[in-house]
Amino acid sequence: MLWILLTLLFLGTLGYVLGRQRALASAGGDRRVLHSLPNYYGLNVTLLTLVPALLVLGLWLIIQPIAVERSVAAQIPAGYMESVENPTLLMTEVRRLAGGIDDAIDRGFLSPEEAANLASDTDIRAQLAGAGVALGSDVSEEVLVAAQSFRALNATGSTMMLIVVFLLAFAGLAYAYARTHKDLRARNRVEYAVLAILMGASTLAILTTVGIVLSMLWDTRNFFQLYPWQDFFFGLEWRPSFEGDSDLGLIPLLWGTLYISFIALLVAVPIGLFAAIYMAEYASRRVRSVAKPLIEVLAGIPTIVYGLFALITVGPLLRDYFAQPLGLGDSSSSVMTAGIVMGIMLIPFVSSLSDDIINSVPQSLRDGSYGLGATQSETVKQVILPAALPGIVGAVLLAASRAIGETMIVVLGAGAAARLDLNPFEAMTTVTVKIVGQLTGDTDFSSPEALVAFALGLTLFVITLGLNIFALYIVRKYREQYE
Amino acid sequence: MTDMPISTAPARSLYAQDARTKKRNRAESRFRTYGMAAVATGIIALIVLLTSILGNGLSAFRQTYVSFPVELTAERLDPDGNRNPEEMAAVTTFGYLPILAESFAAHLEAEGIETEMGIREIAAMLSEEAPAQVRAMVLANPELVGTTIDAQILVGGRIDGYFKGRVTLDSAERDRNVTPEQLMLAQELADRGMMETRFNWEFITWPDASGSRPEAAGLGVAIIGSLYMMIVVLVLALPVGVAASIYLEEFAPKNRLTDLIEVNISNLAAVPSIVFGILGLAVFINFMNFNQSSPLVGGLVLTLMTLPTIIIATRASLRAVPPSIRQAALGLGASKMQSIFHHVLPLAMPGILTGTIIGLAQALGETAPLLLIGMVAFVREYPDFLSTHSNTFPLMGDGATALPVQVYSWTQRSDPAFVERASGAIIVLLVFLLMMNLIAIVLRRRFERRW
Repeated sequence: MLWILLTLLFLGTLGYVLGRQRALASAGGDRRVLHSLPNYYGLNVTLLTLVPALLVLGLWLIIQPIAVERSVAAQIPAGYMESVENPTLLMTEVRRLAGGIDDAIDRGFLSPEEAANLASDTDIRAQLAGAGVALGSDVSEEVLVAAQSFRALNATGSTMMLIVVFLLAFAGLAYAYARTHKDLRARNRVEYAVLAILMGASTLAILTTVGIVLSMLWDTRNFFQLYPWQDFFFGLEWRPSFEGDSDLGLIPLLWGTLYISFIALLVAVPIGLFAAIYMAEYASRRVRSVAKPLIEVLAGIPTIVYGLFALITVGPLLRDYFAQPLGLGDSSSSVMTAGIVMGIMLIPFVSSLSDDIINSVPQSLRDGSYGLGATQSETVKQVILPAALPGIVGAVLLAASRAIGETMIVVLGAGAAARLDLNPFEAMTTVTVKIVGQLTGDTDFSSPEALVAFALGLTLFVITLGLNIFALYIVRKYREQYE
Repeated sequence: MTDMPISTAPARSLYAQDARTKKRNRAESRFRTYGMAAVATGIIALIVLLTSILGNGLSAFRQTYVSFPVELTAERLDPDGNRNPEEMAAVTTFGYLPILAESFAAHLEAEGIETEMGIREIAAMLSEEAPAQVRAMVLANPELVGTTIDAQILVGGRIDGYFKGRVTLDSAERDRNVTPEQLMLAQELADRGMMETRFNWEFITWPDASGSRPEAAGLGVAIIGSLYMMIVVLVLALPVGVAASIYLEEFAPKNRLTDLIEVNISNLAAVPSIVFGILGLAVFINFMNFNQSSPLVGGLVLTLMTLPTIIIATRASLRAVPPSIRQAALGLGASKMQSIFHHVLPLAMPGILTGTIIGLAQALGETAPLLLIGMVAFVREYPDFLSTHSNTFPLMGDGATALPVQVYSWTQRSDPAFVERASGAIIVLLVFLLMMNLIAIVLRRRFERRW
């Protein structure tokens, strides 16, 4: 694989040198006669050699595994498909066996001929275990056949890929080399190609969004075929069980999410807002230059650190000094733990955005207010805050969207029990915790218990996207007001 | 002017404050105090957070070892006597356990330390990892067989905890993993200078260890995994991000499509990170069949997450380059592409690099998406850069874990010693972040130009 890239790179460099030389030769060594600088002729050849070949290489690498999988799956006899307990795991088994055989060849335990003649009546599992490859189960005839055809298809695929890629590279090289002439508008061609590459890069953002939406829509659709959507959206119980017959209701998770986010905002908004006001209106330059970066450090700390803080410090503290004396519960992971820690995390989000917004309120408004005899706090409360309100609301909404999508703090601080309760010292769980819970470990992607995570993810995505768009709209609209 | 009515209100001194002014001034100072309190709360929260992590985690960098001579008896370790490493590898760690136990007991006897404990209990003071440690030493150097070596042997997690104050004689009464007698023996050994707690490089270099041997768990695999992912992010996100920003900032016509891209980028920056994990799981693992828990997939997911950050920073620094630079280049006959690649981009580079490093630092601390693509797996093999297994992707396709994910997996283990390990791992993570941010600040200070 690596040597393919290196060879292509070598061809590209070769193309550069050749193209440059040919252009100079066609000009009789006088570079003033050339249409473009000599380097552009070289680059032109390089681009035509590399770009098509690399594009095809990338596409091939993505498509080949999918195509091979499809055709192997089609070869497995339908009768056998039905006889196994779990048809989706069958392909994993095939892939693992094929990989194991390849590994054994790599390590010299099997010669390629021996590998091709493996028979299912011998104990392949033991044979491969001797080669240091562990298989999960015994190998049946059908799986072996499929694995062998998997390997064969992959091998032919790789050979074909090599041929096509190198043919393309050579063709590009030859074509560009033949076209190189002193009158060729090499710079324009190269610049056109570069522009196309730049454009391609900028569409990646759209592709990512499309990828997110499609990947979740696809599996959410599968989920709703297995589990009625009414029960998902309106179910009051979350009780997955891997024997089937689970209750997968969204409401308790959503309740936990919103409750924790609410407490987080209850902590973050007053502190963040007052900090922003103090920093923008009162603090001297020196205080500001120390305090502002310190508070912003809070935003740069990874959330896993907050999670651990909740788990080992805040949780036990709240349990021992508040929850147990007040008789409200004895769990160290609770809505309060997660909420307070998340609130600390959100302080800088609220404060720095609000700070910017307060600073962008025109000075003339302040001067007018002072001129009428208002004190500084009256000016803040009656002039600046109303003027900055839309922007502050936007900042709070952005913070809310962060709180709803936050994962590690709630995974470590909120607990895993889904319940609909008002007691903030009780452990509750959130949408994100359950996404992690349902998708880590060995997952069977055909069961509703795993697929529900995609529906949860889509719900989360839609909620946060809505909040973000609304918040950005408000902030943008507000900015225009004073610009 | 002359017929102004004479005020009927009683004259008031300008020097004495009336009740209303006093009230307003009080409100003013109250408001100010709220503000100060808010700032102070933020800073105190930061300090508490850091001290809590440092307080819990610093001890992970120290580890207790006991030194005693280990007699590597040839009959046990190399029954055939030909010092062939391949044959000696047949002796598993279970073969090394009695050797260690006997040497330890013999040494105690030689030193005149009396104990009522049997050999099994004495051996239980050593780490379960210790036999593997000695085995690796012997296999690396077969000449050692038959000799007696002075070895520093790792002590079990509870004994280690005793020297760090985590385990006490009282708690040992209730603990079935350690007895008060063992702790007292450990104390005596420490008094005689045979057991010492020293700086623990192994915490940084060793791979993870299973749940029953926290004393041997290290961050080696996690650091390598994180490093590989950062390489992937840097190699992919920087060029793509810069290319996208140049297009959007310099070339893009104002139309629906570019508007859509802009909205997209600002939204992607605010999409919850776990959603990117779902994307990675669905696209890279389930659809493209990449290897689970490989740094390559982790790097790809983090690349998609980091792109918006890099694009936003790059566009800001491109915008900061004054138009006069572009116009001068164009005036001298450069094409637009040349003016950008030869003049604007180099001038914007410090800003771009600063943004990139900050994006990388974010990516380094990201945990949630990596959980979904299987990086919680227990990995003890150091991942290769060029993977040798033919069924994995050839570049960084081996399974690995990452620093923040390692923290998460350690918090999920029951042994309390892992809390110390997790906090220690966070210290390592924070040190890396601090270094990256310092580099970013230095870059900005040294190279950023104000126009």
